Amino acid sequence: MSALLEVDGLSVELPVAGEYRTVLQDVSFSLDAGQTLGLVGESGSGKSMTVRSIAQLLPPGARTSGSITFDGASVLDLRGDALRKFRSRDVSMIFQDPRAHTNPVRRIGDFLTEAMRVNGRVPRREAERRAVELLAEVGIHDGERRLRQYPHELSGGLLQRVMIAASLAVKPRLILADEPTTALDVTTQSEVMAILARLQREYGMAMLFITHDLELAAAVCDETVVMYAGAMVEHQASSRLHTDPLHPYSAALMQARPEIERRVPRLPAIPGHPTSAFETPDGCAFAPRCRFAEDACRAALPAFERVGDGEYSRCRRAEELRGQLLVPAVVSHEEVVR
Amino acid sequence: MSAASPKAALHTLRFLGGRIGGLLVTLLASSFVVFGALYLAPGSPITFLTHGRSMTPDAIAQINEQYHFDEPFLLQYVRWLGGILQGDFGRSILYKDSVGSLLGQRIGTTVALIALSALLVALIGLGIGIFSGLKPGIASSALMGVSTAAMAVPTFVAAVVLTLVFAVELGWFPVFGVGEGPVDMLYHLILPAFALALASIAFVARLSQAAIRQEITADHVQTAISRGFPYGVVVRRHVLRNASLPVLTVLGLTLAGMISGTVVVEQVFQLNGLGSLLVSSVQQKDFPVVQAICLVYVAAFIVLNTVIDLAYSVLDPRVSVGGGKS
Amino acid sequence: MTALAVVAEARRRTRRRPRGKHLSVLGWVAAVVLAVVALLAVFGPLLVTVDPNAVDLGNAFADPSAGHPLGQDASGRDLFSRLLSGARTSLVGPLLVVVVSTLLGTGLALAAVWVGGWFDTAVARVVDAVFAFPGLLLAILATSIFGTGLQAAIIALSISYTPYIARIVRGAALRERSLPYIAALRVQGLRGTAISLRHILPNIAGLIFANATLSFGFALIDLAALSFIGLGVQAPTADWGAMVGTGMAGIQQLEPQEALWASLLIVITVAAANSLGDELVKRSEARA
Repeated sequence: MSALLEVDGLSVELPVAGEYRTVLQDVSFSLDAGQTLGLVGESGSGKSMTVRSIAQLLPPGARTSGSITFDGASVLDLRGDALRKFRSRDVSMIFQDPRAHTNPVRRIGDFLTEAMRVNGRVPRREAERRAVELLAEVGIHDGERRLRQYPHELSGGLLQRVMIAASLAVKPRLILADEPTTALDVTTQSEVMAILARLQREYGMAMLFITHDLELAAAVCDETVVMYAGAMVEHQASSRLHTDPLHPYSAALMQARPEIERRVPRLPAIPGHPTSAFETPDGCAFAPRCRFAEDACRAALPAFERVGDGEYSRCRRAEELRGQLLVPAVVSHEEVVR
Repeated sequence: MSAASPKAALHTLRFLGGRIGGLLVTLLASSFVVFGALYLAPGSPITFLTHGRSMTPDAIAQINEQYHFDEPFLLQYVRWLGGILQGDFGRSILYKDSVGSLLGQRIGTTVALIALSALLVALIGLGIGIFSGLKPGIASSALMGVSTAAMAVPTFVAAVVLTLVFAVELGWFPVFGVGEGPVDMLYHLILPAFALALASIAFVARLSQAAIRQEITADHVQTAISRGFPYGVVVRRHVLRNASLPVLTVLGLTLAGMISGTVVVEQVFQLNGLGSLLVSSVQQKDFPVVQAICLVYVAAFIVLNTVIDLAYSVLDPRVSVGGGKS
Repeated sequence: MTALAVVAEARRRTRRRPRGKHLSVLGWVAAVVLAVVALLAVFGPLLVTVDPNAVDLGNAFADPSAGHPLGQDASGRDLFSRLLSGARTSLVGPLLVVVVSTLLGTGLALAAVWVGGWFDTAVARVVDAVFAFPGLLLAILATSIFGTGLQAAIIALSISYTPYIARIVRGAALRERSLPYIAALRVQGLRGTAISLRHILPNIAGLIFANATLSFGFALIDLAALSFIGLGVQAPTADWGAMVGTGMAGIQQLEPQEALWASLLIVITVAAANSLGDELVKRSEARA
């Protein structure tokens, strides 16, 4: 069976101050129906650009190369009605900031029923009845009342649930979730995430899940792609990623987040700052910040290569370093506070 | 959708009450200014009103009675205001006629002029703004350039130039007057309305262009596009609907501003409306008429602003009618 | 005063972020135009060689000739000298309006911000009420009371323009007062008036000047309109607005020189004040 979504050699250039700059470089992955793939990286790593390319929501003037195939059709060649059909039926997007991404002067009911009424020509009453059901699905049980409210009257978490309900309305085959919980506060994050994950399973939708949180990706996704400076640096099953990372960047990301069970003297920050694709020097983009970097790393960009079964990495030393990446660089227990 | 809760209804009522209360206070304050102006005049009010005209004692007694000069100032004001509320604007010193009927004969022309101008502003100003907002390009930039220049053209200059070009040189339109019958009147009012509307058309065009350009890049419009809606639906329901809010405030204020512009335009085109009556009454020192017209103008101006304000709060749910969280 | 508020609002929304430290080309052109116009107002009447009020009925609407570079008007008066001598009358009025309303508005707003409480509320109420009265209408009412001419109109317009400046200054002063350095000055025991005048005022002076420039154009239009309808500057004194009015007679005889020349000067001056004011406002706002 061929994959539902296939991204092959996708590169994107954007016009910045008059010249084209690469923001996405040679991204390839595939996603089967019902499967979940995580895209993890810092801001500017290209994860949002990847998702926007799939929905053809790139800024004006963007140049793309490579291919994106959805159910056998080339997405990048879709235009006009075909593109609208693809957007309205096949994919649904959930955005990071639900407040900014809902029209402030239209009611919740309008937001929920709009897609059904505009694209599916469902009569209003029918659409509203369905909207109440959808709200119940995302755990909002006073739907009748909510339909009459405006976005500013709802909390961020509630609004994101509405956003999720709205994306379910058209029963898409693929959900593009662009950091759906980042803008929410911590307690609502897990609620919203649980709802999203459950519905994704129940509806049998494939999901491309963007986050900067490796652990979250590991919890939600079957497989995870780690991105850095516009390129993929690692791709493997989520279950193994946090015990056996294949790229120093993934390992560093892992160590830079706190764990509840374990007290560490100080969270190891990744030295330096994240770079964009167009700022990268020759060679490995992560080399300037990598504690395992050698001269050869800085000479040429390493290829994205298979390391094992379903395991890929863009590190020259991936096989050599396997298993050692998570060993802390410096352990100084004296620094433990209290 | 209806079925608002009683609490919400109460909020709406309180909101409306507040706005209307504010309207009444402002109206009262400006009527006080218009009336009190009489006392700022050098000399006694009665000599100011008669202005050295040789008048019969009868006529003077009539003025005295009309303004109740024998009573305290505040009482005079209350009586004057009470009369106006009953439609009694007093008597013209010059025409020996009731001011109310003078205004009645004239107000139609002025209302027609303002209505036609408002229509032009809405059609042309919004038309240009929407076109250049949605279709950036050379045509759009050119239209914006012309609009910017047009904003520096005073109404009277526009009136003079339009008369010169379209009435005198080309002879397409009459030079002055309102003609006879409604169709002829409309024809006679086209040039004056254009002159009155020109600067407002330019504002509205520029503002709506900017509002659309800003709205079109909004995140929620991205959402609408990502949901596969046709371009027309995205533009109508999400871009134009939202961009209409800032435009509405300005549209209302420009309409209100055009009210005082009628004074100039009616003068140029010799239209027998309130504006030209105001100017001739000032020149002929017919103060009761001046007072009445100023009051009508200011009232129209204030009422219009309140209506726009209310319309805005209906259209923008974030302006909380209930006064709660916004 | 609404027209000014509307334009200011429209511009706030359409304004692009200024780039660079210096004025744009348009800004420079506008500044130069205003400087030339100011020179005209100061020296114009001194440069006049032909008596602007000398009637020569035999040469009504005469074309430009050696002694009359722009031709003659309906009464055969020299257009060039009338435009020159009219510069001062046309420009001093708006300048006075701007100066008086700016001083008044700034003073009121600073006092309101510093005293606060009921005084601030009262000032805000009065400002709102005056705002509801269109400037041109107030000026017409004033001329009907005090007689035609510029004096009453200038006073009326000054009052009418005050709310606009007062609102802007109040907003800016409130923002400024909330900055930490003001608290530091208060701790050092400086008095309110000293802080307002020596620290807040200089910091918002740019914004005030910019808005004053913007309102100059509008004051010019209002006063010219008043003279145009015959309630402002009285014949035979030369004034640009009044000249457009008297030029109306020539329009119908296809002799539009007088009206057009006067209109041109008004439009150019207003456009320059608008462009420069616009650019200065966006600069001072970008800095804020």
